[in-house]
Amino acid sequence: MASPMHQFEIHKIVEMPDFSLPGVGVIDMAITNSTVAMMLAAAVVILFFAITTAKAAVVPGRAQVVAEGIFSYIDDLATGIIGHEGRAFFPYVFTIFTFILAMNMLGLFLVFTATSQLAVTATLGVMTILLVILVGFIRNGANMYKLFVPAGVPWYMLILVTPIEIISFLLRPVTLALRLFGNMLGGHVALKVFAGFVVSLGAMAAGGGLGLLGIPGAALSLGGVVALTALEFLVAFLQAFVFAVLTCVYLNDVVNLGHHH
Amino acid sequence: MEAEAAKYIGAGLATLGMIGAGIGVGTIFGNFLNGATRNPSAAAGQFTNLILGAALTEALGILAFVLGLVILFS
Repeated sequence: MASPMHQFEIHKIVEMPDFSLPGVGVIDMAITNSTVAMMLAAAVVILFFAITTAKAAVVPGRAQVVAEGIFSYIDDLATGIIGHEGRAFFPYVFTIFTFILAMNMLGLFLVFTATSQLAVTATLGVMTILLVILVGFIRNGANMYKLFVPAGVPWYMLILVTPIEIISFLLRPVTLALRLFGNMLGGHVALKVFAGFVVSLGAMAAGGGLGLLGIPGAALSLGGVVALTALEFLVAFLQAFVFAVLTCVYLNDVVNLGHHH
Repeated sequence: MEAEAAKYIGAGLATLGMIGAGIGVGTIFGNFLNGATRNPSAAAGQFTNLILGAALTEALGILAFVLGLVILFS
């Protein structure tokens, strides 16, 4: 049986000259299948929204309804969680959502899923948390410490609560990255394992004799692959949505620091 | 016992942590349905909270899964 992890291997497609960054070292700038998958995803997103909004009509066509639907869905999400100031962060949330959605979906149609690479998801997670920290310091300045010191908690509890809050804040980018990575990796491994069963049980049945018992097993595995593929489409959307929701929630923490709504 | 065998057993044991995430996600969706069938008009407004809770719970299971992978492939 072919290794289920083979699909996640990165190989270079176009060699590029190495780039050396002082303090970090030499960085391999080669274009890999991972970069190609990301470029494709970005191109699909840009093309989709360029085409659907090129001839925007007051009475929208089918494609325009889809584009406007995604747009207003994320807009409602951002303003619903952050409040009226959520509009300022809508472009970032929308970019993250559509980019992850495109990468997840293309991973189901093509051979490579960019979001099943920890490097990709970790970059997105770190980007989000850096934005949260930046926005927090710009909006609150020195009051940023209130994020770790909840109001109305007695001082002897703060000794316990503050370290927990700090740790949970620092774990946010880790869980953001690992959730997306783990879901996509796990889903694709399960798909590959069940597809491998079909092939190996089919080969057993081709041997004839008692091996013919492999046919119902292969049919069952094939049904499993179909069902899992349907589930993976749901997960692909859900993980993009979850990333967008959590980005909004984390931004809300620093935008509306100290006053709940 | 060979080290290789212990590695596989360890990876399998590490993924047992996903049991807890399974129970947690099941509880969240079960309770959501419980509330949603009692008051269907309020259900749509809680969809984001539902997904948020499920995602935060699932993250712990994913941590166990990734830990299993780390043990298996290190």
